[in-house]
Amino acid sequence: MERIYFDHSATTPVDKEVAKVTLEYMTEKYGNPSSVHFFGRETRKAVEEARSSVAALLGANANEIFFTSGGTESDNLALKGIAFANRKKGNHIITTTIEHHAVLHACEYLEKQGFEITYLPVDENAMVRVEDVKNAITDKTILISVMFANNEVGTIQPIKEIGQLAKENKIYFHTDAVQAVGNYPIDVNEYNIDLLSLSGHKLYGPKGIGAIYIRKGVKIESLQQGGSQERKLRAGTENVSGIVGLGKATELARLEMDSRIAHVKTLRDKLIAGIQEKITDIKLNGHKDLRLPGNVNFSFLYIEGESLLLNLDLKGIAASSGSACTSGSLDPSHVLLAMGLTHETAHGSLRLSLGRGNTEADVSYCLEVLPQIVERLRSMSPLSANSKLAANNPCNQCDHH
Amino acid sequence: MYTDKVMDHFTNPRNVGEIENPSGVGEVGNAKCGDIMRIYLDVKDGIIKDVKFKTFGCGAAIATSSMVTELVMGKTLDEALKISNDAVAEALDGLPPAKMHCSNLAADALHEAIKDYISKKGK
Repeated sequence: MERIYFDHSATTPVDKEVAKVTLEYMTEKYGNPSSVHFFGRETRKAVEEARSSVAALLGANANEIFFTSGGTESDNLALKGIAFANRKKGNHIITTTIEHHAVLHACEYLEKQGFEITYLPVDENAMVRVEDVKNAITDKTILISVMFANNEVGTIQPIKEIGQLAKENKIYFHTDAVQAVGNYPIDVNEYNIDLLSLSGHKLYGPKGIGAIYIRKGVKIESLQQGGSQERKLRAGTENVSGIVGLGKATELARLEMDSRIAHVKTLRDKLIAGIQEKITDIKLNGHKDLRLPGNVNFSFLYIEGESLLLNLDLKGIAASSGSACTSGSLDPSHVLLAMGLTHETAHGSLRLSLGRGNTEADVSYCLEVLPQIVERLRSMSPLSANSKLAANNPCNQCDHH
Repeated sequence: MYTDKVMDHFTNPRNVGEIENPSGVGEVGNAKCGDIMRIYLDVKDGIIKDVKFKTFGCGAAIATSSMVTELVMGKTLDEALKISNDAVAEALDGLPPAKMHCSNLAADALHEAIKDYISKKGK
């Protein structure tokens, strides 16, 4: 069976050129960058070139880029590193309810350490209100952390305005840009970003490698002690093959940015329009226009996401859902709930995230099979536009959830 | 993550639908959990002549609903009342642990339907 991959927000295939250099820096050029000899000098040079490549994609200086194991580590370093280093200045952090768990759970950890966190709500499009950020600032606020674009519904946040606000109030501004880097042009100076998290495998790079941009002069503490790698901020022998791969991936992202966006956006708009035309009782989740170029997210009323995903998979289409069954927890997506969706609407969500390898034919095939699957599941569902459910039917198991 | 039997019942569910003027209807779960199962019964002389289901839920929810209808078709009410959620899961060669308590409610729906039948009959 031919398989169609519509889950690029989960991960992307590694670019062939990226894979080639990655392999080269495992089997042939394997020196430790800290070594004095030829082998070490060779990989040191490659690591620094990769750093420049990541910096160029963000409009940053190479010495402001630090390699990590990925988005989660970058987020943890940003939040905890800033919190612990600036404790004397204040103990208040502002973030949002729709952040990735890497940010939310790091914040929960910081709360246990005596920090106060404000979790800002979002509107029905998953958009943070700049006014809310402004009102949340106190004289104890040391950090504002707002994601660049949401991983589930694709909404792009008012980063520039929030960055400006942070700058005016002399508060550090971090953005988790894992979903946006490579899919959206970002300039850290234009957006007034002080810290930015990115991940290799979301932009056709390898898994297990990421980076954090830290503006020069930002006071931050390391979370891991050891050698003096990454200017003592991140001890441990560099993941050279991953770093070189990330360097190549960011270089390609910079060169191909416009064509990638144009390609994916065309497919996205066709898919959205097609679904809206062919299926009734649906809701487009996320902002209509201010969304990631490859993100499509719909709720299909009266059906549940996992059964939708399984059926799509049987037809060769890989997608994801905010349903509880697929989130690994027993609650549906915290993002969809924060946007005000009811539980049943959140359970029925489907995310199709497109990438550069997708084609018009993929979209057409999806538009052919998706309506059939939705119709079939709806015919099996006790819910409908005029369904009368037993009022507040108690699920006696729910208490155990 | 699902057994072949679960996938079989999920892709080719048995006895989907409704029964007109059913002898009893049972519904469990709620939309918050992401699972709602409704079972319709046609009972004659203490025997389940027909059983149908409608389910909103994940793969396991649909498969357990389908399996329970297969297990009770033609059975007496006493036999049907003895079927537990665990027995349904077992008949499907097991469910992933996470699904055992959230999506494995089909026997409960069946028992609700039988209770409904009994209370209607009593009137």
